[in-house]
Amino acid sequence: MLHIQYTDYEAIRTHGEETYPHECCGVLLGKSEDDGNHVAQIVRAGNTRTDSAHNRYNIAPQELVKIQRQARGLGLDIVGFYHSHPDHPAQWSPTDFAEAHWIGCSYVITAVDNGKAATTNSFLLTGTSEEEKKFVDQPVEIDVALSHSNQPKGQA
Amino acid sequence: MNIHIPTPLRTYTGGAETVAVPGTTVAEVFTELTSQFPELKQQLFTSEGKLRSFVNVYLNDEDLRYLPSKDATQVASTDELTIIPSIAGGSACCPLL
Repeated sequence: MLHIQYTDYEAIRTHGEETYPHECCGVLLGKSEDDGNHVAQIVRAGNTRTDSAHNRYNIAPQELVKIQRQARGLGLDIVGFYHSHPDHPAQWSPTDFAEAHWIGCSYVITAVDNGKAATTNSFLLTGTSEEEKKFVDQPVEIDVALSHSNQPKGQA
Repeated sequence: MNIHIPTPLRTYTGGAETVAVPGTTVAEVFTELTSQFPELKQQLFTSEGKLRSFVNVYLNDEDLRYLPSKDATQVASTDELTIIPSIAGGSACCPLL
């Protein structure tokens, strides 16, 4: 399960709309618990694939180092990543799979159709090694009422 | 020196985010690291002993690949090494017409 606040969930989707028709990308900071990855903060990242930004994304390693340092300062970990698929389903592609190396992390994909965020899905990269890795569908629990903890939670 | 371990590899360091390892060069530090945590070796290196292509290593804020001496670069105990796997992908759909 991926646990995320509604404001962060919406911020991810908005990011995809803002960069349309290009792919957006970013990092999920939080904690990995027994019941899944809990997102405490999202960090927008730049897409360095300016040569093919409509269907590719890449986060510069230098930016990742800084984000990991930021996470450490906050007492958080990198628990996942997000990107958008402009005019393409919110399903992982062979490219997404080939380029996924953070086992145990959540990969969130938002389909953006004609500039409007549509479906958002999360996939957990599982396995014990690069050779055995696989993506599995990961349910998303959206906390719609963080400041009102007695209100119900929604699921995507 | 301190080495920062990315989330997926902490399984092999007993959950530690940062491990302190002695050494005077990057290569020595990696040898010591994989000696202390043997399971890290196959995660970081190919069977030929080369760093896997998707594994980035930063000495402080410098990409190891672009340092003149590569893994023979001298390090001090106050330096920090960060291991950071790459992040990339995309729909790969529909070339622009």
